[in-house]
Amino acid sequence: MNDQRPIVIIVFVFIISAVLLTKLFMIQVLDDSFLKRAERNAIQRVVDHPYRGLVYDRNGKLLVYNNPIFDLMIVPKEFQVKDTTRFLEIFGITKEHLIETYQAARKYSYVKPSTFIKQISTNEFARIQDFLIDYPGLFIMTRSVRSYPEPVAAHALGYIGEISGRQLERDSSGYYVQGDYVGLSGMERYYEDQMRGKKGVKYKMVNVRGVDKGPFKDGEYDTASVAGKNINSSIDMELQKYGEMLMKGKTGSVVAIEPKTGEILSMISAPFYDPNSLTGSDFGKSYTALNRLETKPLFNRPIMATYPPGSIFKIVQSLIGLQEGVLTPETTFACNRSLVACHNHPSPVNLFGAIRNSCNPYYHQAFRQIINQEVSSNTYKDTEIGLDIWREHVMKFGLGGTLGIDMPNEKGGDVPSSKYYDRFYGNGRWKYSTIYSLSIGQGELLVTPVQMANLAAIFANKGYYYTPHLIRAIDGDQSKIPQEYLTKHDVGVDAHHFDMVQDAMVQALFGTAQRALMKDIQIAGKTGTAQNPHGEDHSVFIAFAPKDNPKIAIAVYVENAGWGGRAAASMASLMIEKYLKDSVSRSDLEKYVIEGKFMN
Amino acid sequence: MRETDININRVDWITVMIYFALVMIGWFNIYAAVYDGQVDKGIFDTSINSGIQLVWIGTAIAIIIVIMAADYRLFENLAIPIYLFFLVLLLLTPFLGKAVNGQVLSIGVGSFRIQAGEFAKFATALALAKFMERPTFDLSKPQYQLQAFAVLLIPVILIILQPDTGTAMVYFSMLIMFYREGLPQKYYVIGIGLIALVLLALGIENNLYLAGAIIVIVVIFILMGKKTPQQIIAFSIIGIVLIAFTYSLDFVVSKLPEHQQNRVMVLFNPDLDPLGAGWNVTQSKIAIGSGGLIGKGYLQGTQTKFDFVPEQHTDFIFCTLGEEFGWLGSFVVIALFVTLLTRLVLMAERQKNRFTRIYGYCVISILTFHFMVNIAMTIGLFPVVGIPLPFFSYGGSSLWSFTILLFIFIKMDSSRALQLGRMG
Repeated sequence: MNDQRPIVIIVFVFIISAVLLTKLFMIQVLDDSFLKRAERNAIQRVVDHPYRGLVYDRNGKLLVYNNPIFDLMIVPKEFQVKDTTRFLEIFGITKEHLIETYQAARKYSYVKPSTFIKQISTNEFARIQDFLIDYPGLFIMTRSVRSYPEPVAAHALGYIGEISGRQLERDSSGYYVQGDYVGLSGMERYYEDQMRGKKGVKYKMVNVRGVDKGPFKDGEYDTASVAGKNINSSIDMELQKYGEMLMKGKTGSVVAIEPKTGEILSMISAPFYDPNSLTGSDFGKSYTALNRLETKPLFNRPIMATYPPGSIFKIVQSLIGLQEGVLTPETTFACNRSLVACHNHPSPVNLFGAIRNSCNPYYHQAFRQIINQEVSSNTYKDTEIGLDIWREHVMKFGLGGTLGIDMPNEKGGDVPSSKYYDRFYGNGRWKYSTIYSLSIGQGELLVTPVQMANLAAIFANKGYYYTPHLIRAIDGDQSKIPQEYLTKHDVGVDAHHFDMVQDAMVQALFGTAQRALMKDIQIAGKTGTAQNPHGEDHSVFIAFAPKDNPKIAIAVYVENAGWGGRAAASMASLMIEKYLKDSVSRSDLEKYVIEGKFMN
Repeated sequence: MRETDININRVDWITVMIYFALVMIGWFNIYAAVYDGQVDKGIFDTSINSGIQLVWIGTAIAIIIVIMAADYRLFENLAIPIYLFFLVLLLLTPFLGKAVNGQVLSIGVGSFRIQAGEFAKFATALALAKFMERPTFDLSKPQYQLQAFAVLLIPVILIILQPDTGTAMVYFSMLIMFYREGLPQKYYVIGIGLIALVLLALGIENNLYLAGAIIVIVVIFILMGKKTPQQIIAFSIIGIVLIAFTYSLDFVVSKLPEHQQNRVMVLFNPDLDPLGAGWNVTQSKIAIGSGGLIGKGYLQGTQTKFDFVPEQHTDFIFCTLGEEFGWLGSFVVIALFVTLLTRLVLMAERQKNRFTRIYGYCVISILTFHFMVNIAMTIGLFPVVGIPLPFFSYGGSSLWSFTILLFIFIKMDSSRALQLGRMG
């Protein structure tokens, strides 16, 4: 019997080995889940976040940059201190802080890093860097946050923040992941694709404690990140800063444009906020606080607030009348205050005088000439036809629809059509007497401050404009800016009609805005006072200067500041002086504007 | 020197070559297990384990030379004194040794430490051979069975006291040798049946199924052929005892120390506690499983050298092999072990001297158990017990004791022509 037993033992060894090899074959060859788990174990995918593009002003001054922030991290398992006193001295902390943070870190994880000291300054970082080698378990983690050397132009520049769930869902490119930062407003959002750059990926090997053991396969699968493009904005930082100083404590907008190019020189939305407050870890808290304020500092008035344009619209009416041939510079109307209220001025007036004196009854009558050209014998029908032709003209001035500025959430305002009145009153049930308020820029007419500034640019250019925009160049290359900002828009009014209008605007300052006058620079402007049923009227002023070869067109809209000739015109005049001469000599006027309490 | 004592031609060179092949593969794997690409240290660097292992290998060769040069009768004559010496050493270890992880396993002076438990294996093998070589010794008789078990149990008890359950378990591998020497087959059938029942009872959540199965088997036995009433009663009692055993097992397991309980439960479900008791097995399987057919390449593994697998250069050295050389590498090493064991069976069977044959089967038993259990535990087929892979695992005590164990047999085999046939 024992003779078979050696064979039984050998068979036993073979069976056991076969079982082992079968099991090995199953986990090594047939099942690839272990390979995946091994990679999850030891290979860490580290996203290399690109450097977001910077923003410069038109003179090359830095508006937005990335500020490195250093956090000192601690890994409790590796942390060792021999000489506690010296340690506390080097890192400038108390013993209590050391014990507290160490214990908190341990509680969080023994092997994973926690923050030990938050936001160390660059200087401090340079000092402690050399000591770090003596203290295992401590290392520096670098982050960067958007920073603003001057706390200006918050609305135009916008802010970045963590991408929301909804944005992630809508993102078809698949570029973003949870936790990514993305431009949420202003230029940061509009030029997100250019400024964000391209993320890179590094695969590195880590051991069981998460300690870096070098690149995986010598970095064969790694991709480098590509830095975002720098944006050269058309904003003039000094002008912006000056304007914000003037607008401090007021509510409203200032938009200044270079007429020849449509470049926005300054765009102020007041009240404003410090853009540095919406960066880094304080974003959420600051945003909520700003959002709660009744003054709505986050509201971007220049492109989102719509107002009746008021008297500044009379220039548009004049130009349409001239182009339609129903008005000539000699056309005269009496200042008939039974039609619409007016103020004291000589009467009757011709077109020049009407602009100069901002005569309401004149435009009541002139607008009737534009609307009722007796194309149809039916008054109602005639009004309908006339309104729609007029509307087409007005739309060409960049009103009644968004301009297409390079910022998100632009509003288009409103220029009513015949359909609007049909809906409101019924077809054939309204005529000129229903819509006459439009003649003086009131009624259903609504425009944004940037549209007003664009009007000023059109008047300066004698009949054309470039869509206002904040971009001047991308990575210093002007040809890279979006094509639409290089396209000239003609308003369909012959240039010679503008000559008289410009002269009248120069004269208008003597009539309605004497404060805005300057000795050596000829300013052409037009005041407006938009009626406000809720309180003090809004103060409006548009202007361009110098009259010959204009360099700046500007619109100032100050809410609840009363008559346009006062606050708005003064401010516009100061801005023009600042831009054209770099400094302001009229300190009295400056003082008047700064100290003026235009709000209720 | 007697010219017959060292007869190079009679040395079984196949076994010696397999031994060196395993030692060298093991050494390369130890280097791979501790290799760190960021620190440039060669395989010979004695500041890392591969360098130290080379020292162990060198001393092992010295030991081989001493064994081969010794008188072949020395081991037989000194069998009992050697056995007693290591028993005393085992007895003293808890008092003189150094505690590691609550276990006192080694004894020694300064950095030179030996694990008495490792060396007691060959000492016990010699003692058993000496004890059982008497012509009258018959394992089918109960009094001889008890004697043989007594020789085995003394070191086992001393090792369990250390406590080192894994090493203690190795001694039960002598059942293979006992089988060859005539221990009745029924013990093995019953033993394997009970082990199967234990595994089933632990593996199957609901004991009712198992109880049902036992009842069905008992009924089938009773219905098959004609049975006397006594037989029917006997079968019924056995069935009831087995069912009771099944139900009591959960209770017994719950009385085990917690780390042993966990090791048992993790065998059936490693995901039960992947970061705790299941960690070793899970990580070990990940390392081996990620090797694929041909492996990641030498020194290219990530799981072992980055410490995901604990004890990666000692008890879990097979992980490095599996990860870097894949299934083919595993196949080669397992094939080497199978060849070695088969060769040893052939060598044992050609002995004329019963002492040498018994000792040879002791070697076979111990190597089979280590090889089988060590690899099985790394792939989750056996609970984690801390025993090394022979010739492979890092460590002086382990390499020396296996070398001594094997080469005493090779030495005695090479001198077999001089031995008197004393077969029982």
